[in-house]
Amino acid sequence: MAKVTVDGIEVEVPNGVSVLQACEAAGKEIPRFCYHERLSVAGNCRMCLVEVEKAPKPIASCAYPVADGMKVFTDSEMVRKGRRGVMEFLLINHPLDCPICDQGGECDLQDQAVAYGMDKSRYLEEKRSVKDKYMGPLIKTIMTRCIQCTRCVRFATEVAGVPELGATNRGENMEIGTYVEKALTTELSGNLIDICPVGALTSRPYAFVSRPWELRKTDSVDVLDPVGTNIRVDARSGEVLRILPRTNDDVNEEWMADRGRFSFDGLKRRRLDRPWVKVDGKLKPATWAEAFGAIAAKLKGLSGERIGAVVGDLTDAEAIVALKDLMGALGSRNLECRIDGAAIDASRRDYYTFNTGIAGIEEADALLIIGSNPRTEAPVLNARIRKRVTAGHFPVGFIGPRGLNLTYPHDWLGEGGQTLRVLAEGGHRFNEVLRKAKRPMLILGRGALTRPDGVAILAAAWKIAAENNMLQADWHGFNLLHHFGGQVAPLDLGFLPQQGGAAISPAVEALWLLGAEVDAAAIPAGAFVIYQGHHGEAAAARADVILPGAAYTEKDATWVNTEGRVQRGRLAVYPPGEAREDWKIIRAVSEVLGKRLPYDSLDAVRARLGQVNPAFADGGFAPHGCTDLTGPAGDASAVSDAPFAPVLQNYWQADVISRASATMAECARVYSTPQTQLAAE
Amino acid sequence: MVAEISTANEIVQPESFAFDAESEAAIEKILKRYPPGKQASGVIPLLYVVQRQMKRQTGSAWVPNKGMDAVAERLGMAPIRVYEVATFYFMFNMKPIGKFHLQVCGTTPCWLRGSDDVFRACKEAAHVPGYGHTSADGLFTLTEVECLGGCVNAPILQVDDDYYEDMDYESTVRLIEALKRGERPAPGSVIGRQTSAPEGGPLTLLDVPGE
Repeated sequence: MAKVTVDGIEVEVPNGVSVLQACEAAGKEIPRFCYHERLSVAGNCRMCLVEVEKAPKPIASCAYPVADGMKVFTDSEMVRKGRRGVMEFLLINHPLDCPICDQGGECDLQDQAVAYGMDKSRYLEEKRSVKDKYMGPLIKTIMTRCIQCTRCVRFATEVAGVPELGATNRGENMEIGTYVEKALTTELSGNLIDICPVGALTSRPYAFVSRPWELRKTDSVDVLDPVGTNIRVDARSGEVLRILPRTNDDVNEEWMADRGRFSFDGLKRRRLDRPWVKVDGKLKPATWAEAFGAIAAKLKGLSGERIGAVVGDLTDAEAIVALKDLMGALGSRNLECRIDGAAIDASRRDYYTFNTGIAGIEEADALLIIGSNPRTEAPVLNARIRKRVTAGHFPVGFIGPRGLNLTYPHDWLGEGGQTLRVLAEGGHRFNEVLRKAKRPMLILGRGALTRPDGVAILAAAWKIAAENNMLQADWHGFNLLHHFGGQVAPLDLGFLPQQGGAAISPAVEALWLLGAEVDAAAIPAGAFVIYQGHHGEAAAARADVILPGAAYTEKDATWVNTEGRVQRGRLAVYPPGEAREDWKIIRAVSEVLGKRLPYDSLDAVRARLGQVNPAFADGGFAPHGCTDLTGPAGDASAVSDAPFAPVLQNYWQADVISRASATMAECARVYSTPQTQLAAE
Repeated sequence: MVAEISTANEIVQPESFAFDAESEAAIEKILKRYPPGKQASGVIPLLYVVQRQMKRQTGSAWVPNKGMDAVAERLGMAPIRVYEVATFYFMFNMKPIGKFHLQVCGTTPCWLRGSDDVFRACKEAAHVPGYGHTSADGLFTLTEVECLGGCVNAPILQVDDDYYEDMDYESTVRLIEALKRGERPAPGSVIGRQTSAPEGGPLTLLDVPGE
């Protein structure tokens, strides 16, 4: 530890930290442009100048290590003069276009110019102008505004793992770009907009849309990927205008994946905004009363055996528990939440969650990935793996398609079942790596469980974990990586076939689909289908009654991410038209059916959630170990030789919201076949 | 300032680039200089290899995008890292140049000793409108460069890799005319100076000690 005095305040900081960090520990804010906590230090903007006693000149605090007994002054005449000088230089070539700049109001340069800028310019020569660059359909560039802090270059290289951005030419002519024009091939490109301290990189879909002070900001949770990224939804007059990540070191640090960030325009298109009832084989607009009447007419008197219910991948816990209770009241055992047919064993929570935790990845020292492409399934989680790989001594074994670019080097072990069997038997060379590791972990992709031999794959993966040191009293290295933010909650709530029930079977005469995009062809021909959800696709077209629900930005709801972490989303805008929050719809139907559910308020539903599964009361996730090594049912040796097929082929259009989004359609067009393009890098 | 820098995208880039046998031999020699795993340090010498190969193959010494990609692949670097290095140094031409690269040193010692005359001679004899341009016949590209380190024999005119020293207007014109005829005058001082000794021969250390 080193004792440092900052403006007379004595602080003790670890050796090797920078002066800037010491100043922050003392509560002093240091202006900066190029320095970013999660990126390497560049030290090129010089805005963080401070005075150090006995140093002959101001020092750049971000790149200067502390020494014991150092005396730092952050607000001396020398510092102020130095920073003013730096600011004057930065502003020499920065255009005075703040009134038309999308960064206006949340611009680091603008804010700091208020503190250190001059009210007039002494620069009479010509300013430079820089040609704008193309960086893909999500990022708008106005490169003349660039102050060359190189944050974007470092983000792309270090965090995103796509070294495609760079600073070319030099001096007056230095430019940031890809040099050879191309769209950045990363699913994390939106973060470039956040880290750019000026208006050089801004959001293309958000261009000229709004000013930050006009927006109503609502803290919420992203559900479009399994990470459960903490987000802030910015809305104005009932319309979501943009989505930004919030910092949560346990989950997403401060990053966010592009699908979650940019697909919100899909919330305004192809919406189910009023009830519909099928009359004479055609869906007709209806009132809520008519819709409820149609449901009551069908369900009343129907035996529970003949009723089924399926929940989708983007459904909140409140709606799921309400539907489960209603089905229970109707006597139905035909529940299902695994639309993709994944052979998930929900008898124990650690069979279907990401037990190591996302932050726990950083503590692991070996990784085996089975049938998953974390880069497209959970880009932010993948960035965490990359962070761990970059830190060194982290062998990554991979079973799946060959030649995938995961943004970090990995040891390709094989394509599929055969390799998995050898690993499960313990005779593979990678077994040695795992056994030598102190905290090994594996990631099993949900996609791998959708195969006919899914049960065996799950058993084999658990066997590998149990026999290769992954399950310890204080370490749990077995991880299932889901695909969406609403896939764990129904498992937690037991929305699964009860005692031999089956949701989609010829015996079912009435089927309730809660945001479930089931294959319309699989629904029995004569079945009466109730579709409740926010976007209408093929399953909604098949429905006899459509109940318009709310999307994740339009309700106060509980979500469980792939770790099992329970998080609350909040209502940012009201659902469109006559759409309502989903649990309220189910509550209302229960009244009509004479099976009134015993909760009338959100608090009451949440209390019920806690009753069904205590995880909903205690936050759901805490680092844990595993003492009971008993694996899920299944014969590990029954894994077939078939290779693991790539899953989520089209990252950009993987769910109903992104499929309705024009921005995502454009991305899908540009990155036309993402899988091959990423692999070709 | 230096030759105007234009983005490489405006230039007709070759479809492909592959190292030829001569380049391969040079690369093998270069990469031996670096310890294993540190081959990326060879990026600058390899870019020279590309530039020389282009000179051999097309008569114009420049570094095309595909050439940089080939370097990146050979050294296991991201292509953008090679672009950064190549565009940083003026010695790498990012667009095609003339057959002869006339590089006039304009730094203070050369300027004091008459580099303006050399520049004027280049413009008039080679018919190049100015720095950063190529003559209509495609023979000459004129570039202003920073100090070439030959100040004692200023002014210097560098043609491709050769230094011509002690230049003035007339000797520059003679040199360019010779180049046009396909001759290659011997590099070095054009006034017969011995290396960088004083004009007319040595002035000190004339006596041999002990004699």
